[in-house]
Amino acid sequence: MNKDLHKPDKAWQAPDEAPFIQIEGVSKDFDGYLAVNNIDLNIYKGELFAILGASGCGKTTLLRMLAGFETPSAGRILIDGVDMTSIPPYERPVNMMFQSYAVFPHMNVDKNIAYGLKKEGLAGSEITQRVSEILELVQLSEFAKRKPHQLSGGQRQRVALARALVKKPKLLLLDEPLAALDKKLREHTQYELMNIQDQTGVTFMVVTHDQDEAMILSSRLAVMQEGQVIQTGTPREVYEFPCNRYVADFFGTINLFNTQVIETNNEVIKTRCNELDAILFASSPDSHEIDSGITIAVRPEKINLSREKPSAEKLSVLQGVVWDLGYYGNLSIYRVKTKSGQIIQASAQNRIRSATRSLEWDDEVYLSWEPTSSVVLTE
Amino acid sequence: MDIVWRRFVILAPYLWLLIFFLAPFAIVFKISFSDPLVASPPFTPLFTRSESIDFAFFFTLDNYRFLLEDNLYWISYFKSLKIAFISTLLCLLISYPMAYAMARAAPGWKNILLFLVILPFWTSFLLRVYAWMSILSTNGLINNSLMSLGIIEQPLKLLYTDFAVYLGIVYSYLPFMILPLYANLEKLNLDYMEAAADLGGRPLIVFRDVTLPLSLPGIIAGSLLVFIPAIGEFVIPSLLGGLDSLMIGRTLYEEFFGNRDWPMSAAVATILLLILILPMMVFQHYQSPQEQQEA
Amino acid sequence: MKKAYPGFLISVLCFGYAFLYVPIVLLIVNSFNDSRIVSVWGGFSFRWYANLFENQQIIDAALLSLRIAFISATFATLMGTLAGLALTRMGRFKGRVLFTGMIAAPLAMPEVITGLSLLLLFVSLQDFIGWPANRGAMTITIGHITFSMAYVAVIVQSRLSSMDQSLEEAAMDLGGRPFRVTLDITLPLIAPAMLSGWLLAFTLSLDDLVIASFVSGPGSSTLPMWIFSKIRLGVTPDINALASIIILIVSIGVGVAGWLILKQEKQRRTESQLKLSE
Repeated sequence: MNKDLHKPDKAWQAPDEAPFIQIEGVSKDFDGYLAVNNIDLNIYKGELFAILGASGCGKTTLLRMLAGFETPSAGRILIDGVDMTSIPPYERPVNMMFQSYAVFPHMNVDKNIAYGLKKEGLAGSEITQRVSEILELVQLSEFAKRKPHQLSGGQRQRVALARALVKKPKLLLLDEPLAALDKKLREHTQYELMNIQDQTGVTFMVVTHDQDEAMILSSRLAVMQEGQVIQTGTPREVYEFPCNRYVADFFGTINLFNTQVIETNNEVIKTRCNELDAILFASSPDSHEIDSGITIAVRPEKINLSREKPSAEKLSVLQGVVWDLGYYGNLSIYRVKTKSGQIIQASAQNRIRSATRSLEWDDEVYLSWEPTSSVVLTE
Repeated sequence: MDIVWRRFVILAPYLWLLIFFLAPFAIVFKISFSDPLVASPPFTPLFTRSESIDFAFFFTLDNYRFLLEDNLYWISYFKSLKIAFISTLLCLLISYPMAYAMARAAPGWKNILLFLVILPFWTSFLLRVYAWMSILSTNGLINNSLMSLGIIEQPLKLLYTDFAVYLGIVYSYLPFMILPLYANLEKLNLDYMEAAADLGGRPLIVFRDVTLPLSLPGIIAGSLLVFIPAIGEFVIPSLLGGLDSLMIGRTLYEEFFGNRDWPMSAAVATILLLILILPMMVFQHYQSPQEQQEA
Repeated sequence: MKKAYPGFLISVLCFGYAFLYVPIVLLIVNSFNDSRIVSVWGGFSFRWYANLFENQQIIDAALLSLRIAFISATFATLMGTLAGLALTRMGRFKGRVLFTGMIAAPLAMPEVITGLSLLLLFVSLQDFIGWPANRGAMTITIGHITFSMAYVAVIVQSRLSSMDQSLEEAAMDLGGRPFRVTLDITLPLIAPAMLSGWLLAFTLSLDDLVIASFVSGPGSSTLPMWIFSKIRLGVTPDINALASIIILIVSIGVGVAGWLILKQEKQRRTESQLKLSE
């Protein structure tokens, strides 16, 4: 499956495209506790946008304000140009898939899905038709007469999705859509969700604490911390160019080094790391003052491992011994201990099929990486 | 429509309780300051819309003065507290081993045992008290068996005594003590006790040092559930108690129906309410964190 | 690992349940005793039951009690459910603390106080606005609604606070207005709790002596009032028969209700297990 399939037009890059959902300076104050603090976000039509953050970061409150269950203390929410800030949930063109799925236990699948259409006052024949269409889309046609307790977790999730989608909302909110599913089902469902979003063209907004989920699903994502959005971008942008240590750490593993700038030259800066007693290089478009302290961050997969000392110019090189190694099938993870005692993590793809390892415990290794592989963090 | 619905949900029960629960207390309080009258209703109104332009205002502290001076009321209040207190202790002594035994029973048995404790609670209170009347009476089961065994010559006076009142209260309120104790002991992890035993504690020491302190919330809840209603008990002292078993609930009833002194009964009720406020607040205090835990 | 159940605990249970049940069993046995003296067995007989059904007073009192219990349980369920909804689903409102207090207080209030205060209210109301014109079934029903709605409110409230509120939010999200959502989602889901509440209110009403004695008027004597006036004077065999019938009916009722609740619990448990297993 092509990852870019469901986002053919990068609307957020087109200058003349108007945002479909506008969140303007929205805050929510719960008795002096600022759950959401002055958030601005623009989301474009057809996007699958993810809000990512640890629990308690305010992402659920933001979602509930979009659905209409909470009223913002300040700011506005516009959908398709219409101010929704004080519209009650039952009058918004927004639907939500709840974390618990909230499938009505006393109604069968059919009635669950038809509920929203009945409230719109549609004719019976149209309801029947739309319900059967959506059941087909989520592959639940043969379960139409079942009660929720006769369904599996994955099936209930699809009922919840169908029930929200059948309303043809302008925005579909998904609260931790995969959290209640087990690992295997989760992977399958991820692709299914992307597929359905692609087919219906509805704008999705997913709230999750799981960075893998956010990265795989979303066209763009926003990272939240303590009620604020700290970075917005495509998954690749956020992973490769995290704006601070929190974001860098949040997305997978990263090695961090505290260094001092020695020299700057043509977007490549030369730094000294006292803890490692080593010279490290990094590329950075920004200018840095000599002697200023910066953090250099390197992802494990950007680090090369070799037995011989590499000798290219402007390469950051460290020496150490293999302290720990983990075999994950597709890749191996090495934890290398430097002379000064720091543990650095590096990973390598297992491209060649072999029963023996090329590197063993206690082997001496050199770690090296290109300046462009380093990220400079000033915070 | 939606605002109307919201208002209805809140206001309907709210107004009902204001009119039929709170307002009556205000009236009781008011009437406790008025003079008795041989009339219907037998009290002088505190306010009247009579001939005078202003509301006439009758206000007397006589009822409270009388209440202070007459020993009868003091004895009743004191006796109610004493009987309620001792009955609560007795209930606790019987209930604790029972609740403990229930909590340690096999899972399949627990529901049955619990059901058997709850069942009598649903059957008529009056009839359960009545059942003891025929057991305790002069030619009742106890006296007849003891006499036919030759243990006693003359029937014992069991019915219409304080003993019968204690028995009746303990019997009737036993489920109220067992249920919170059971709920508490059932949640207690037996591992604690086994760990304590494993560390060399003898059973009684383990009980004193581990089980008892951990079950304190259940003990408090159960004790208050017995103590509070037992103070105001009317049916048990009037059916099982003797003429001298003057509990305050009974005194109030007699004052009202016997002497038809409504202002005096109102004063008695006001004081009773004041006595009950403290244990009720303690109960509320212990109840709320428990509820939060469950939620 | 698993230890034998201690013999001491078995004897505790035997003693405890004997204490709870022996008086009731004796009562039932005695109801078939032909002898007028309770502890002397005079042969098996149905004569007290026959007596009972010939006594028009008892039948009238029983019918009145049942009527009052039915009406007051129904209204108490309605009011108690509204109160439960107000406390769990309506957010904040003015006077919420007082409201919570008024729901909790009737549960601990001595009946003599509730009865006395209600009577004084009715008398004062009659004085001021001429209603209620006379006391009887109507005033007893109002009294019973007032104290049993608190019990219903507590039951409904505990069910509502354990219920996933996102069910109602989902319905609202799908376009249901609050009133419709209550009808479509909330009420069907709390129906079992409302039924338990109704049964409790019904039993409390049937059982009440004190409040009814205070607020009833001439000519309206409920079954407990009638029983009380009889047993006040001592033990009478017809009451044994009446008690046996009541105990039988109640046991069946409670048994069925308990079975229903247990079945529902089981279903809820399997549902949550289903959720966990995936």
